[in-house]
Amino acid sequence: MSWFTKALNSSIGKKFVMALTGICLILFLIIHLINNLTLFAGPALFNTVVKNLEGVKPLIRVIEVILASIFLLHIYNGVRLWIENKKARPEQYAVNASSKNSTAFSRTMIWSGSIVFIFLVVHLRTMWYYFNFGGDYTELKNTHQYYEIVVSTFSSHVYSMFYITAMILLGFHLNHGFQSAFQTFGWNNKKYFPLIEKIGFIYAWITAILFAAIPVYFSFFYRGNV
Amino acid sequence: MKSEKLNLTLKIWRQKNINTPGSFVEYKISVSPDSSFLEMLDDLNNELESKNLEPVAFESDCREGICGTCDLVIQGQPHGPIPKIATCQLHMRNFRDGETIWIEPFRAKAFPIIKDLIVDRTALDKIQQAGGFISVNTGSVPDGNAIPIPKENAGLSMDAAACIGCGACVAACKNASAMLFVSAKVSQFALLPQGQPERYKRVQEMVKVMDELGFGSCSNTYACEAECPKGISVKNIARMNRDYFIAKVKTEETV
Repeated sequence: MSWFTKALNSSIGKKFVMALTGICLILFLIIHLINNLTLFAGPALFNTVVKNLEGVKPLIRVIEVILASIFLLHIYNGVRLWIENKKARPEQYAVNASSKNSTAFSRTMIWSGSIVFIFLVVHLRTMWYYFNFGGDYTELKNTHQYYEIVVSTFSSHVYSMFYITAMILLGFHLNHGFQSAFQTFGWNNKKYFPLIEKIGFIYAWITAILFAAIPVYFSFFYRGNV
Repeated sequence: MKSEKLNLTLKIWRQKNINTPGSFVEYKISVSPDSSFLEMLDDLNNELESKNLEPVAFESDCREGICGTCDLVIQGQPHGPIPKIATCQLHMRNFRDGETIWIEPFRAKAFPIIKDLIVDRTALDKIQQAGGFISVNTGSVPDGNAIPIPKENAGLSMDAAACIGCGACVAACKNASAMLFVSAKVSQFALLPQGQPERYKRVQEMVKVMDELGFGSCSNTYACEAECPKGISVKNIARMNRDYFIAKVKTEETV
């Protein structure tokens, strides 16, 4: 192994990869959220935005490949770290007092992450697939009625509830992940770390709530276009 | 001073050696609230010996919180429920009459059990030997201020040097990671001029040995800081990470 791969496979290196890919995904979520919020402005704006994105499809495809690699790297390293960390303590304590010294968010990253991963697979198979290839909604896609695809998909309460649950868990994941990434990078300083923690908290919950607001709105409040 | 005795149930991990599976054994004990936790175990052992039973093996040395030998997990927490003290500084007044107290050894793959509550912490020594030192003869005490050191750095270095190497950070971490220990040992030198020549070699060597010994990685839960008897800050871990990245990018030797 070269010095570079050795470094990335060290305990600190693996955490660095987690942090770096995590920050990339945090940035992606901001862009994704801004796009999605146009849903609240009604079909005209949302359909135009998606149509414009369709216009730069080759670029989108390149970004998607990069994004998928980042996701896979994050997931691969996360699972690998989890397995290795389990092996570091073969015998468990009889009394678990972890709630006295750490937050539940920080201890459950693998679980919140796993649920978000399942969500991701479902999300790609439904929304992403319909928007890109039509599927059950080929007619709506061909006439650029993307808004109607969203309305129709979220008409299922079960599907919406799954989205909402996943978004709450995404909030858990981001709540720890944001500040954790900065700690891993070594950007922990008493001058600005409290601010990073605050920004992380606000970012995590605003992102989670606004994403969750979409299925909440379409599943429970949307009554057709007036 | 007259004080009511506490009647306690102790659930103590008994294990003959690494190759024999261990289990919890229950003991009843009546103890003064003024007694220290280790004195209580001494009392228990006297009683066991008087009955010709094998005493509970546990470690202790200075009994004033500076040697880092007394490593017990009490009620699921290394060094017990009171923050910033070692087991030897824990007193029975912190427990209620009738309480059941679970006493376990530090559990980590890198800390094999020797007997009962005693674990082998040679792994921490091995990490120290990999770079936790300065390879020059420092001679006798230098003149004050012969080497200028900013007050802030001197303070932070002393804070890191307060680590007694007990291993509570490893015991508390859900991943049995030794990052807090290693970062304290890296930081105490990284902050001082004397530590600069070997600064980047040191961090790489120590992290390498830490990884080889089977400790886990850091999940930034900060349980280590909460359980550290000396209150070592996780900012040391951030400093170590920083030095590690800089070392990888800027030095020419490959460790």
